[in-house]
Amino acid sequence: MNIHEYQSKEVLRQFGVNVPNGKPAFTVEEAVEAAKELGSKVTVVKAQIHAGGRGKAGGVKIAKNLDEVKAYATELLGKILVTHQTGPDGKKVNRLLIEEGSNIAKEYYLSFVNDRSTAKIVMIGSEEGGMEIEKVAAESPEKIIKEYIDPAIGLAPFQATRMAYKMHFKPEAIKKASATMIKLYNAFIGKDCSQVEINPLVVTAEDDVICLDAKLNFDDSGLFRHPDIVELRDETEEDPKELWASNEGLNYVNLGGDVACMVNGAGLAMATVDILKYYGGEPANFLDVGGSSTPEKIATAFEIMLDGGQAKGIFVNIFGGINKCDVIAEGIQKAAQIIAEKTGQDGIPVPVVVRLEGTNVERGRQILTEKPVKNVFMAPTMEGGAQDIVKRVEEAKKN
Amino acid sequence: MGVLINKDTKVIVQGITGKTAAFHTKQMLEYGTNIVAGVTPGKAGQTVEGVPVFDTVEDAVKATGATASVIFVPARFAADSIMEGVEAELDLVVCITEHVPVQDMIKVRRYMEGKKTRLIGPNCPGILTVDEAKMGIIPGYIHKKGHVGVISRSGTLTYEATFQLSNAGIGQTTAIGIGGDPIKGTDFIDALKLFNEDDETKAIMMIGEIGGTAEEEAAQWIKENMKKPVIAFISGVQAPPGKRMGHAGAIIAGGKGTAADKIKALNAVGIPVAETVATMGETVVKKLKEAGIYDECHTC
Repeated sequence: MNIHEYQSKEVLRQFGVNVPNGKPAFTVEEAVEAAKELGSKVTVVKAQIHAGGRGKAGGVKIAKNLDEVKAYATELLGKILVTHQTGPDGKKVNRLLIEEGSNIAKEYYLSFVNDRSTAKIVMIGSEEGGMEIEKVAAESPEKIIKEYIDPAIGLAPFQATRMAYKMHFKPEAIKKASATMIKLYNAFIGKDCSQVEINPLVVTAEDDVICLDAKLNFDDSGLFRHPDIVELRDETEEDPKELWASNEGLNYVNLGGDVACMVNGAGLAMATVDILKYYGGEPANFLDVGGSSTPEKIATAFEIMLDGGQAKGIFVNIFGGINKCDVIAEGIQKAAQIIAEKTGQDGIPVPVVVRLEGTNVERGRQILTEKPVKNVFMAPTMEGGAQDIVKRVEEAKKN
Repeated sequence: MGVLINKDTKVIVQGITGKTAAFHTKQMLEYGTNIVAGVTPGKAGQTVEGVPVFDTVEDAVKATGATASVIFVPARFAADSIMEGVEAELDLVVCITEHVPVQDMIKVRRYMEGKKTRLIGPNCPGILTVDEAKMGIIPGYIHKKGHVGVISRSGTLTYEATFQLSNAGIGQTTAIGIGGDPIKGTDFIDALKLFNEDDETKAIMMIGEIGGTAEEEAAQWIKENMKKPVIAFISGVQAPPGKRMGHAGAIIAGGKGTAADKIKALNAVGIPVAETVATMGETVVKKLKEAGIYDECHTC
């Protein structure tokens, strides 16, 4: 789960991390009011969206007075911000962070992530702050410093100190930098984070160490321990179909195309998206309906795929293991009925190609051929089914 | 033969009194698994499918001499259950549970250092040695006895691959579902090592997906150590960066973990990668013929 920068900074404050004073604003009036309260010489107006690269995209403005705060807030609120992380459609700015300006002397990079290979949390630091870390890693890998953290001990002070020296903090800032690292580690552990990224971490002209930006991501599996973090979810940041699916307990990712698929199992679902593309289709989505799907759940999955006219055809790819094919076939039939009742049409409005394999496959196929549903076609094989649905969608688009 | 388990392995089911666990206990027993005990705190003295239940793993091991356990407990208790199995010095712990917090798994991995237990999973379908025994939820009937070992990060793709192999007349030794989480007990290299040393296994099918670099590391290891042909499949070629594709570990992060990188790394060391999920079986057949072991692998 992702949260906004201002929320990340609030979480970090709870762990004693030094972040600039600031307040979120949802309207121009709130922005001006917040700036007035801060009373700082320079005010930073920052667009709050769940994507990086906001600065380069014009989402971060420096205001020298309240009039400028008002002007920038007016400009940014409601604006569609396109950054290298948002995709070409960009993201609408609904919230701002109004923050006091800092007297930056030097910028650094610092992050914590779970490292798969070592099964440890790794702290990554670089004196190249404010840049994309992937770029630094590619161009000057010697400037990427790593410390692997023993989970039984936590981040040891000597490791934090060593990191601060290797990042070339000035002597006056070493202690503050290493103390910041330990507090950030505590936040990472304390909130089941999957990533804490501070870019930039800055030293001010006054030798203070401040997290100028903060990006926290959380391990979804750990959220049950953190109801306070769950509260921070901003549903307006999510794809409406993905949000709908997640509220229905479906694993769905919108891929933007028009050949939809519904699959059991995440691996097979990914592979199904791949095979649709392989045969020339534009995949509409990744959708794992999971093991124990009810007809109602399958109907909802169909509705999500069909919503807004996105799916021009649906490929149902099921390998029945523990879930038997006959049960799934009945589910598809009932789902078609539910859709038909809701739309007042006969069957499902777009072609549906069904590939069934596995336990009780004969009975499953029999159910769908004996009581055929309009627009539902059986595929003899997975390959044949993928080719068939791509062809049907192409034909539908011609007409 | 096969690896990790056989029909004599004495197995415990942790969380046996839960609905899913009870269902799969029945399935495992029917497949021939030697389940000797179940564990659910507070339920000692009960039986599930005729299997006696104990309060602790320690009690179950003392009473039955079990050496392996399969875990079906809810996610928030999974790490603790794994450590209980490790502490009881079991040879093997298989954790089926999905959504175990990553921080819990980091602690588990640290706890396991220097201990004898091998962990498979979490978030996996388990393991199955053909016509011997299974721990977990892999459907038994799709498997046919033979000489190909299967390693996979995905449950349904394990079934899909096995099904295609069986249809092509290529039987299997053991299927190992290593699981879809970013931090887990056994990764490709560990599983490959097991098959490399198993006389019955003549070739290995490995099924990877986006996220992490385990497939790339495995490719390097295969180049340096593997005595047997390996055939691969990688899912998620079309996955967009930064999006989690169902499995907790299936995410391209910071440009790392793309399917293209994995396929390139595998191809570079001579491992054929099936072009689509539908051609896993035929890709194996082709490689077996090239390696001159098709006839001995054509067992069913």
